[in-house]
Amino acid sequence: MIGNSLRWEMNAFVGFIERQKNLYRRYWAWEAVWLLYNLVSVLSIGYLASGLSSLGLENSRVNLQQTQLYLLIGALLWTYLSMVFFEVAFAITWERWEGTIEYTFMAPIRRVTHLLGMCAASLLYGMLRAAIIGLALVALFRLDLSGANWPAALAIFAAATLPLLGLGIFTSVLPLLSPEKGEQMAFAVQGVLLLISGVYYPISVLPLPLQVFGVLSPLTYTLDGIRQALLHGRSLAEAVPDIGILLLMGVVLVPASLWCFGRAERRAKRLGLLKRSG
Amino acid sequence: MAIQAKELSPQAVEMQGITKRFTQRRRWLIGGPRGKEKRALDDVSLQVESGRITGILGANGSGKSTLIRVLATLLTPDSGTASVFGYDVVSQPGDVRRHINRVSVEASFFKEMSPWENMLYAARLYGSGGQGTRDRVEAMLKRLGLPLDTLDRPMKQLSRGQQQKVAIARSFLTSPSLLLMDEPTTGLDPRSKREVQDLVRSIRRDRAATVLLCTHDLQEAEVLCDRVVVIDQGRVLADGTPPQLIREHGIEHGTLEDAFMRLTGKRLEEDEEKDE
Repeated sequence: MIGNSLRWEMNAFVGFIERQKNLYRRYWAWEAVWLLYNLVSVLSIGYLASGLSSLGLENSRVNLQQTQLYLLIGALLWTYLSMVFFEVAFAITWERWEGTIEYTFMAPIRRVTHLLGMCAASLLYGMLRAAIIGLALVALFRLDLSGANWPAALAIFAAATLPLLGLGIFTSVLPLLSPEKGEQMAFAVQGVLLLISGVYYPISVLPLPLQVFGVLSPLTYTLDGIRQALLHGRSLAEAVPDIGILLLMGVVLVPASLWCFGRAERRAKRLGLLKRSG
Repeated sequence: MAIQAKELSPQAVEMQGITKRFTQRRRWLIGGPRGKEKRALDDVSLQVESGRITGILGANGSGKSTLIRVLATLLTPDSGTASVFGYDVVSQPGDVRRHINRVSVEASFFKEMSPWENMLYAARLYGSGGQGTRDRVEAMLKRLGLPLDTLDRPMKQLSRGQQQKVAIARSFLTSPSLLLMDEPTTGLDPRSKREVQDLVRSIRRDRAATVLLCTHDLQEAEVLCDRVVVIDQGRVLADGTPPQLIREHGIEHGTLEDAFMRLTGKRLEEDEEKDE
């Protein structure tokens, strides 16, 4: 009985990944545009760092190569993290646009299967896009990562997955709560994460209230931990505190976000918000 | 796959005192206007027997779609109880969903994806999608008279009639015991309308599933339905076979339309004009 039920849910889980793959393929022109946009953004940051030398900073105490690496790692990771966040957070919005939300919500599957299927598709696609941009960076910039500790960086990257998905699912609740304003609020959340998580600077430069929010953002630990591993060769053992914090955040955020989603779905069904498109 | 209707409760649908109100939200301004309340369903009680086509007849805004959404577990009623094959729509939504599918007036498809991709997605959600699915989909579309070269074209390139046929094929693919059809022929050209109606007839002939057909097309209801429930402003006004309703509420040698007009006290067009 449990085996059958698990098989049923696994089948649906695969269905969501398959569906997203088909959608990415069918919207290939848009996907190409977004990839180009991301690539150009990351390259701009890289060239901005290269251009610092022409501003007479090469003789200052600033290590320009380290600065460039610092910024590029931030830009590349933000591309990945924001894309996964966006895909998960807009899972509901996308279905509203397409007009399929009611069909998906009346399917005989668990909501957790639906959301985790979307998360898995987003992670796979996000990694593919980040890998393409990463290859372009390797080709275009002289990146010295000889002292990098890759196992530590990968461990932090993996540990960051859970809280990232939790944040995404939390944000996907917004379009369920408000068909009219939910999308805008989701964009706003993404913007705030960019500001407070230390994508291009350490959060210590932020005003104190924003630093507090920065400390609460899992992206802060992800970016800082991966930078420490790649730029300063921080070992896996030294990365354990960051990994622990990320896992702890994930353990709290994922179930909490699923619970919130369930509450929001019940509210949407009570108020008739599933059908409304804004 | 869904359990066949014969193994289930003889009553496909049972609704008891279902009420659903919608309130227009208040503005955030202090002292702003109070939200308006609309009763979409008002103390509706209804039984639908398995293996038959039951029509829910009403003008736009009469509550037909709300009723379908409650049964599809997409809306929670404010009061009353509703069950599908004995499963409560509020407390056992998962069990209800395994036995139903819905064809709605608007095409619920990923429009850039092809019929095959949309149907594969549906099959996955309903426990299949493995080997042999493509063959089943092709056979289904052939039966519905859809050319096979439409199978891999984006949905948006198909006509409304073709899209509606794909929607029906998609619902058949999941073998539902209860098929909820919400105005499946609205907006179709006469030929497509006839073809979709033939399909519904074939369901009745095969007794393959119980069909709840919401329509405001009186002729369609008269021809297709074993039984018709007339609703207006969220209330059930009459319930019976089309000849019974004509006899009891219509005029001598009249039609279902005559009976409907007498029951609701207005023409269908009046409601439609009001909606516009």
